[in-house]
Amino acid sequence: MSENNAPALIGSSGDSLREAFGKELTRIAPEYPKLVVLDADVAGGTGVHHFRKAYPEKFLQFGIAEQNMVAAASGLAATGMIPVVTGFACFLERAYEQARLSVAYAGRNVKIVASHPGLDVGPDGGSAQALEDIAAFRAIPGMVVISPADPVEQALATRAILEYDGPVYMRTGRSGSVRLFNNDHVFEIGKGQIIRHGTDVTLVACGVEVARSLKAAEILAEENIEARVVNMPTIKPIDEALLQRCVIETGCMVTAEDHNIYGGLGSAVAEAVTKHHPCPIEFVGLKDSFGTSGEPDELAEHFQITAPYIAAAARRAIERKDKMQ
Amino acid sequence: MPISAAVQQTAAPLVSAPDIEVQIAEAARFTRRHLIASIYRATSGHPGGALSCADILASLFGAELNVWPASVDDPMRDRFVLSKGHACPTLYAIAAWHGFCDKTESLNLRKLGSPFQGHPHVKDLPWVETSTGSLGQGFAVAMGMAMGLRLQKIGARVYTLLGDGEMQEGSVWETAMCAAHHKLDNFCAIIDYNKMQSDALNEDICGLHPLADKWRAFGWEVFDIDGHDIPLILSTFHRAASVHGKPSVIIANTLKGRGVPYMEGSPAWHGSVKLSREQAETALNALGCTAEEIKEFLDV
Repeated sequence: MSENNAPALIGSSGDSLREAFGKELTRIAPEYPKLVVLDADVAGGTGVHHFRKAYPEKFLQFGIAEQNMVAAASGLAATGMIPVVTGFACFLERAYEQARLSVAYAGRNVKIVASHPGLDVGPDGGSAQALEDIAAFRAIPGMVVISPADPVEQALATRAILEYDGPVYMRTGRSGSVRLFNNDHVFEIGKGQIIRHGTDVTLVACGVEVARSLKAAEILAEENIEARVVNMPTIKPIDEALLQRCVIETGCMVTAEDHNIYGGLGSAVAEAVTKHHPCPIEFVGLKDSFGTSGEPDELAEHFQITAPYIAAAARRAIERKDKMQ
Repeated sequence: MPISAAVQQTAAPLVSAPDIEVQIAEAARFTRRHLIASIYRATSGHPGGALSCADILASLFGAELNVWPASVDDPMRDRFVLSKGHACPTLYAIAAWHGFCDKTESLNLRKLGSPFQGHPHVKDLPWVETSTGSLGQGFAVAMGMAMGLRLQKIGARVYTLLGDGEMQEGSVWETAMCAAHHKLDNFCAIIDYNKMQSDALNEDICGLHPLADKWRAFGWEVFDIDGHDIPLILSTFHRAASVHGKPSVIIANTLKGRGVPYMEGSPAWHGSVKLSREQAETALNALGCTAEEIKEFLDV
């Protein structure tokens, strides 16, 4: 499924990613009798209030105590349950060591689903904007890391993580998101897809940056630069085959993510690309800084992760590619 | 290589209460000998806090847990989680006594390629129930097991052993609050209260007093007992099992290094120490080993 012919429906708004997650989890819950949802008093914020209302007996309230919640999830999984741990990304980071030892090292089938990642959090400010979560969880052996791009993909990924046997960290998102995919969209853990064709440069993105990369490709098209856009919802394991193919066919890349440029999607792409066919890569993301208060779009502009900056990075990448030839 | 009679002693069938107590005392004695030998052979390990909990683990495995080597995958089994994972030589020894693992192989502690790691790992040894080694986590994992069993209407109980220094981890109190809130009466924590931690006395590092009151205030049923009195440990397990509507904690007052006089009451033997041949021999001698048994434990 490396190709996706669904048109990018930029401009039509859908649910926020957290709502898409919470609603889909509730919808498919009857198919997973061992499913339990764990919450640290933020159900209204993470979207699992839908689940709480429908299945109160399978909704476990832990209070504001993420370390206990994540470790307890390991114990629940040890008895055969499928625990989905929910919380805000920044607060789940305080249970990082529990995710490392009690979940991943012990090999438990626990799903950690984090809402409110990145600058997308908005006005709550820098303290609440997790911009290092992908890097942190990606470094844990065996941990799958996912960041879907739109509500359709978020819903598909919600089922996929329940089907997958093993530890997963998945981002959702707080703000109203752009709908990109039709209902025939396909999501498979470990697979990216080309969502716009082009041969001059490849823009690889995850989460809210996929829509911005599509906009960047439109800006570039006006300059007769044909940018390929790759949606890469699984950061770990990364789709190396697709990246290799894109390097061969376009010769340079830009990565875009609502995350620090260190350790996240950009690093994962660079690691994969340099193993096979090294090429110029430009990284769009937070330049090793924390966030601050503001609306998500204002913040994206302030921290230079919007479409014009992705387009500028593409021009730099192409220029570097041309110098090498 | 000949397998030593001392190392390969086996647990006899249990019949009446006094017999059980005798058998548990014998298991505890074997456990102490075995852990001294494994720590000596590893050239590192934590003997003080391993010795202090030997009677507790011997009592649990000898009479309380409904788990046997053939039932380690049984969903109905009771669970035991060693939250103070650094005391794993005690767990390995009592497990060997009851046939969960080989008595000689389990002396191969902390070695490359051995499943008997310096802290227990469930993927190496399924009967350890979960991986521990970061204080506080095993307690929370065990509570999650108690929740999972109750959700599935399985009547098994979950036991976990914590160290006293472990209670300085803030997450312990998250779990304490949560278990009481959820009224997990299938959950029993035991505290190996030897009053010492890595560097010094608890009270000199970060005091725990008043410990029983803290747990009562968190909504737990508290039993404050001598952690070396086997009949009392057994009867307390029974009392804890009959508590309804809240979890139980057994504060087991113990002596660090119990059974090896030169280690007793000294925090110097908490940390990962290298035992000399002479120290190991002295310890085993104090634990009643003959010269021949000492040689077998240390050289087999």
